[in-house]
Order: sequence, then structure tokens, then C-alpha cells
Amino acid sequence: MSELNKLTVAEARDKLRAGDITSVELTEACLAATEAASALNAVVHHTPELAREQAKAADARLQAGDAPAMCGIPLGIKDLFCTKGVPSQAASAILNGFRPEYESTVTSQLFDAGAVMIGKLNMDEFAMGSSNETSTYGNVVNPWRRGNEDTALTPGGSSGGSAAAVAADLCLAATGTDTGGSIRQPAAFVGITGLKPTYGRCSRWGIVAFASSLDQAGPMTKTVRDAAIMLQAMAGHDPKDSTSAELAVPDFEAAITGDIRGKTVGIPKEYRMEGMPDDIEALWATGREMLADAGAKIVDISLPHTKYALPAYYVVAPAEASSNLARYDGVRYGHRAKLGQGDGITEMYEKTRAEGFGAEVKRRVMIGTYVLSAGFYDAYYNRARRVRALIKKDFEDVFAQGVDAILTPATPSAAFPLGQEFDDPVQMYLNDVFTVTVNLAGLPGIAVPAGLDGQGLPLGLQLIGKPWEEGELLNFAQTLETRAGFVAKPSNWW
Amino acid sequence: MSIDRDTARKVAKLARIKVEEDDLDALAGEFNAILGFVEQLNEVDVEGVEPMTSVTPMRLKRREDVVTDGNQQEKILSNAPDAREGFFAVPKVVE
Repeated sequence: MSELNKLTVAEARDKLRAGDITSVELTEACLAATEAASALNAVVHHTPELAREQAKAADARLQAGDAPAMCGIPLGIKDLFCTKGVPSQAASAILNGFRPEYESTVTSQLFDAGAVMIGKLNMDEFAMGSSNETSTYGNVVNPWRRGNEDTALTPGGSSGGSAAAVAADLCLAATGTDTGGSIRQPAAFVGITGLKPTYGRCSRWGIVAFASSLDQAGPMTKTVRDAAIMLQAMAGHDPKDSTSAELAVPDFEAAITGDIRGKTVGIPKEYRMEGMPDDIEALWATGREMLADAGAKIVDISLPHTKYALPAYYVVAPAEASSNLARYDGVRYGHRAKLGQGDGITEMYEKTRAEGFGAEVKRRVMIGTYVLSAGFYDAYYNRARRVRALIKKDFEDVFAQGVDAILTPATPSAAFPLGQEFDDPVQMYLNDVFTVTVNLAGLPGIAVPAGLDGQGLPLGLQLIGKPWEEGELLNFAQTLETRAGFVAKPSNWW
Repeated sequence: MSIDRDTARKVAKLARIKVEEDDLDALAGEFNAILGFVEQLNEVDVEGVEPMTSVTPMRLKRREDVVTDGNQQEKILSNAPDAREGFFAVPKVVE
């Protein structure tokens, strides 16, 4: 059977269970596709031997009739996840050579469910970036191109490798993480589904920390149903993460009924940005119509503090990063600078961190250090945390008014050329304008591909749900997916 | 609030990141661009609002004060740039 790598998770699951295909065949198809896709630079550590071993084990389980939904499914794993014995370096030179002695909770749950890892995926260094240009492994290239142009476009970031790998069918699905939009923005840029669950739904244990009050892992998949299936395997309470929720994990796939009649969808007026491309404005209007057509009640809502989400984020996230990244000191793991005659421990720290961190990471660590320093803590850090409380309250207020989900554009533009925004950090930060509020409020959010722009590039819509209501959110998302009927794929130039 | 060269040097020192003298002006410029963007927060009335510590109102769980794992010296040292005789090795700390 040809092109097994193009299957969705749900299709592959059914074929595997029916005995129509084996995980070994499926895995070989993905490994071959990966081999042929080096131009995308999406996979940075290949693990074919591990993949073949896992695929064989999965086939044995399938034959024995013990087959969880993810059994035998080839995945790509973002480099931010610690994977035992496999390089895991958050796309940073400071973690050169690091091979964890342990497995992150999320990947260990996926592997326990029988999933197969084809390799580790490229990303922005420490998940800091919106274009996958800050990686020590180099840029990821978006499989999509504008019309007949060959300009290399960004796949978005920070989960740019995950996005490109899924869009190019190198694996059936991938893990991502989302601190300010790092799952949803790249998913929208490559025309796939990306779900950021409620904060606390998936354990953060073993995921390299960026901003601990915002970070959350989630699935990046070809369909909404696949996101439900994969989240099921990733989610759950973990005693090793004190912020992971002690809540039962519902059956997410069963929540997808296709029926949203009588539900209320809010359209926030603050998400109408000046200078927003007409294509995105039009897509948003179409999304509204599609949900109304499916029987939902559409209401205009206000989230008055939206404008302040990005500024609050760029205080809170760097502050937490400066604290989390203090551990990279050249002592316990990763890179240590070569020291000169007479250099002491302080020089070792300073040189190691100067050599090991890239420019954007240094910038954020130092901004974080500044906003937490004596004399500025109240003016910056505490003020940002107060504004964050107001942003969260904006959402609580609309949910209390009976809104079940919120519809917004996923990104303020389609994928842009690599290099275009790299020299202006603040301009780059604006990529997350529609997604970052969701992290600050800890809510679930999903990006769904909904159309193409005038240049043939995918555009996504975002749905935001109530805390712990990923099931309902997925149901809304699938309704949008079905009506949008997005089936376009990038043509294979790589 | 504008960040000058001296403040940039001080912040770099606090963050333990070596920055060459020649690069301090550019760094100060980048800080000012980002902090300028963040200044908008001053427009918000935050009177009486408690700073958020956690998105889910929860008391952090506590566990029994007992040993849960250990005896992994080899594993813990396996990624160290310099490990000797069962310890992490660093340059001399005390004169």
C-alpha cells in the first residue's frame, strides 16, 4: 500500500486494528518520507532504530488485541520533550550533547499507549520565537509556498518543526507545546489542527521549562478527531507536576458529536485589528456563518483588556524564563565554555551562557532579570500579574454570560518569508496577538485550518473554550472543520 | 524609563551572561524597544486587583516528607561536562 504516511491517526488506527496494515509498514513509510524531506529541516534527531523497535512491539500488541488508540502510530516529538537516551536540547546549543536519563510524562504516556517516535523535531530555541528562526539547528522551512514562487516561508513557531512535519506527512501527528501561541500559530501557518489544552491538563514534567505558569503541551494533527485521540493519551494527572490537575480525563473523541445546536459562540470585538488582511477578516466572517448555520447562536462580546495581553506576556514570560533558565550554568549538563587562565566560577557561568544561548533567549532572560530586579519588581512584574488577572476575568465574565466558545482568527497574517521579521523582536511578538490571551487565562484553544488566502496559503481560525471543556471545544472545532472542508495540501517540492 | 549602557551591563551581570563592552549600546537599545512596548501596562487601572499567581485557584499539593527516590548518582552525573569521583567538578570557588 502506498503513501501510508498520509493517513490520519483515526484512519491508521482503524486499519491497524483491522489488520489491513502493520505499524512496521506505516513506520517505514514515515521514515522514508522523513529521509526525503531534509530540505524542510523539520526532523533534527532521527530515531529510526527506536521507531522500528517500537513499531514491532506495537504490532505484537495489536495482534494480541491489546491496542490503545495510539498503538503503532508514528509521531514526531518536539525537541523540548525529554526523551530517554535521545538528544533533547530544546534547540539550544547550551544543551549540546544532553541525553536525558528519563522520559517526560507526556512521551512516556504516548509510548505506553504504543506510539512510535520517528525523531525529534525542530523548534525555536527554548520555545522562544514565532518563526522557528532562533533554533541552533537552523530554520525550518514551511512546506507551503505562495503560488508558483519559491520564496522560503516560515512554518511559524515555536513548534515549527512539528507543524512542518505533520503538514508534509512525515509523521501522522506530533507533540507541540504552547506558551503564547506556539502550537496554534504554526498549526495555522501550515494548515493543520493544533490544540493547546487547559493549563494543567497535561503534565509538564520532563518538558524543558520556559514559562511555567503558561507552558502547556498539546497535539498537532491533521484533523480535529486526531487531536481528540492524541490528547486522550497525553492528558492526565501526574504527581510529579504539582500544577497538573487531579481531574478525570473524559473521552474526548466521544465528545465530537457534530451537534452544536443551541450553543452560544462569542465574537470578541477587540480581535478586529487595524491593518488586518481582508482575507483574514473574510475568513472570520465565514467561520461565524458556518457556526450559525450549524445551529449555534452567535453573539458579540467584549474582552476589554485584550490589548494589554502581549505587553503583560512580555513581562511575565521573560520573568519566569530568567528563573527557569538559571539552571543552565555549565555544571550539570550541556555546554561548558572553555575557560581561560585564572577564570573562576563566575566567568564559567558568564562565558557558558554567552556561548550557549542565542540572541533571543539572552534578550528574554535579561529582560526577565530586569523586571524582577529590586526597584522594578512592582512597576513591571506585579503590574503585569495584575493585568493578567483582569484578562482572565474578561473571559470569566463572558463565560458567565452564557458563552460556550469564542471564535477569533488564529493569526494576524498568513505565513511570511523567513527573515522578514527576524530583526524586529517587537514586530515578531505581534504574531501571538490572538493566541497569547488564552495562555494568560489558562484556557483551552484550538487552531483549525479554514481556508486559503489569495496567494494560496492556509489560514486558520481559533476557538477558545471554557476551562476543562476540551471535549466541547473539539466538537465546535470539528463542526468548523467539516463545514470549511479544508483539504488542500502543499505540493511536494522538497 | 530608559535603559542606559550601565544598566545594560548591570542586568547582564545579574543574569550571568557575558556581554562585550562594544555590544552594550545595542543591547540597551533592544531593552528599550521591548520595555517601551510594555509601558502600555501603565494605562490599566489595577487598583485593588491581586497579582495572579496561578491560573487555576489551587493550593499547591504537599506530599509526605519522605525519600521518594535516590541512589542515582551515576545517572545524575552522566550528562555533566566535568564529573570526578562521584561529584560535579567546577573551577575553584573559594580562594
